[in-house]
Amino acid sequence: MNRSTEKPAAENAVTNDAVTNEAGKRPNRRRALKTLAATTALAAAASSMPLFGRYGQVQSSEPIKIGFQVHRTGIGAAYGRWYDRTTKAAVKKINDEGGINGRLVEIVAEDDGTDPKRGAEVVEKMATQHGCDIAFGTLFSHVVIGSAPRAGELKIPYFVVSEGHHVASGMLNRYTLQPGITDVKSQVQAMAPFVNSTLGKKVTMIYPDFAFGHDHRDYFSAAVAAQGGEVVAKIAIPPTETSFTKYFPKIPRNTDVIYHVMVGPAVLTFVKEMGEFFGNSRPEIFGFIDSLEAVDLASPGLEFLEGTYFWEGNPRYAQANQSDYDKAYRKAVGVDANGASVSDPKDVSTYAHMFGCWETLHIVKAGMEASGYAGAGDRAKLIEAVEAMTSMPHSYAHPQGAKEFNGKTHQTFGHQYITRVENGRLVLAHTTSIEDTYYPDETDYTKQSF
Amino acid sequence: MELGPYLILGLLEGLVTAAVLSLMALGLSLVFGVMRVVNVAHGEFFMVGAVLAWIIANAVDSHPAVNFLAALLLAPPATALLAAIADRLVLKRVAYDPERTIVATIGLLYIIQQVTLMTYGPDARPVEAPFNHRLSIPFVEWSESGMALYWPWGLGTTSYKLAVIGAAVLLLGAIWLLMTRTRIGLVMRATQLDSEMASAFAIPVDRVYAAVFGLGAGLAALAGVLIVPIQQAHYLMGHDPLLLSFIVVIIGGLGSLPGTVVAALLIGISDGMISVFFTPTLAKIIATLGVAFVLIFRPQGLFGRKGL
Repeated sequence: MNRSTEKPAAENAVTNDAVTNEAGKRPNRRRALKTLAATTALAAAASSMPLFGRYGQVQSSEPIKIGFQVHRTGIGAAYGRWYDRTTKAAVKKINDEGGINGRLVEIVAEDDGTDPKRGAEVVEKMATQHGCDIAFGTLFSHVVIGSAPRAGELKIPYFVVSEGHHVASGMLNRYTLQPGITDVKSQVQAMAPFVNSTLGKKVTMIYPDFAFGHDHRDYFSAAVAAQGGEVVAKIAIPPTETSFTKYFPKIPRNTDVIYHVMVGPAVLTFVKEMGEFFGNSRPEIFGFIDSLEAVDLASPGLEFLEGTYFWEGNPRYAQANQSDYDKAYRKAVGVDANGASVSDPKDVSTYAHMFGCWETLHIVKAGMEASGYAGAGDRAKLIEAVEAMTSMPHSYAHPQGAKEFNGKTHQTFGHQYITRVENGRLVLAHTTSIEDTYYPDETDYTKQSF
Repeated sequence: MELGPYLILGLLEGLVTAAVLSLMALGLSLVFGVMRVVNVAHGEFFMVGAVLAWIIANAVDSHPAVNFLAALLLAPPATALLAAIADRLVLKRVAYDPERTIVATIGLLYIIQQVTLMTYGPDARPVEAPFNHRLSIPFVEWSESGMALYWPWGLGTTSYKLAVIGAAVLLLGAIWLLMTRTRIGLVMRATQLDSEMASAFAIPVDRVYAAVFGLGAGLAALAGVLIVPIQQAHYLMGHDPLLLSFIVVIIGGLGSLPGTVVAALLIGISDGMISVFFTPTLAKIIATLGVAFVLIFRPQGLFGRKGL
């Protein structure tokens, strides 16, 4: 309360000073009165506020404000709920450990409705209205693509947790970074050898018809071809679709493997209807867990998935080789060994993605500390500090695993996990190396000016 | 997939769409026919039916069949009551003026949608079907030994989807009986023909309006309950069915019950077929073009009468 009444008065005083100076130091009656009023307000505010002394001296005792662009509503709502919980847990941990540069971290969350247009407005609101130091947390690729140009114009660092390849492809700008989660191109490239050698050569892809799905289509097709396999059909489905059986007859009969990835509120219907379509004669199935993020694997109609494989960014079920870091991270966020909320076993998390929020916030902390970040004026220094990062070892700050950050493309690289459905649980079958996910740089953001 | 089995699959998917659509469009058509109200909030009553089904099924928390039956019996009347209250509080106050009711129902749409978002939340939640078995469908082929049955790959449906089609047929029959054979139906038809004259004959037009609005919403809710084991309850699910219902009602003729059913079959099956053979987007384009042509060449709709 006190802070908010005090701040405008202080600003008033400053502007009034500026006006008198510009006018050649000839204070007339009105200006004098205005200055007087402002000074009185300032004095009144100061006397009513015990912490004013400290606050006036160093502006940096203010909290660091992180604008959190969250998909609370729209097709990304399930992800948004868990990104929110992970972010809160990470901020609590960071603040409990003393904050960043001695300042506490404050999250300013704003719903973008999983809508690109609204996303750009939210970024603008964070930069201009809330006075956030950075913007952070976007998942859906179309929202990232819609918001990043605005972040670049407003010169606010924009840390996305999206998986889209558009950061590393050079499509965005120097202010947009993705240090906490790997991108689709590296993921699918690392999956292709496993799919081809273990499951089969002829692949039918089913994917959502927008940027994220197109990344899957383009980079997986290329990676499969490089392995000597073949994508025999590509079936694009609008992410707002609610009924799926009508798409499945397009699956060619000679398909060895179905490769599926779906998003949106109807993912459960999608997987269920796929099971109903195949009946007892299903081909091999390899899916990105996106098709069942936040969905209970024990839901009726999913029994046919037994023995099928999933890509997971981070295994939902606690594995036999679970690290202490994963254990601690699960506990901090409030997730049980089955990947569901500790308070409601039916509330299944988006475990394969949400670690990105936790890791990104720790990278922001490391970057701000390395650059001695003090305020909005140091934003460029923060980006340079993050660009200078390379190896991030497996730790409590990086519970998903070790990562290698590429400062030129603003994209991180890391291990990928393949799990198999066994007795209704996802059991780790294969872990890729970080090297499996590398591809040549496609851009160099460090050459762009700020 | 071969052509024959492919066609059958498209037909079955289309029939499920048509079943749900005909119930929903019938509600929309009834409200327009009797009250002359274009109910833009109709899709939200569909959504409320589905959401209530989830809430009721979770509250009962017994065998899936019991949960679903409870939802089927309770959700539509509850939605109808909600609609009747909305009629009394909102539509009656604007005197059923055609333009103002459109704006008022747009308002209702947002209120219902946002209240659902604030209470039920943004997630899509499933209700378990009372029964759900995959049924493989055989197909005939000519072989050396004559005609033989075989089970083509991928050709199948589920017992629940067939039940939805059956339930819709029964319900449509019941509505037809209600409108033509009962006193309530007579009163509704009288109000539809001339509400002032009906009023003069001591028909409580106010109450008839509330009942019709409730019945229309109840039908939408019923469609919502039937669809929720196939899809999931989600606060934005009312949007697409509303558009399709308007298409159906315009093609069939506003206020004409047989026209609505025929148009629902036409749109539902063509949507299923065109989606299977081409793309779902093309199906929507063709349906919308159909509306344009009907409006140009037969503005009263296929089964509508001029001047109504």
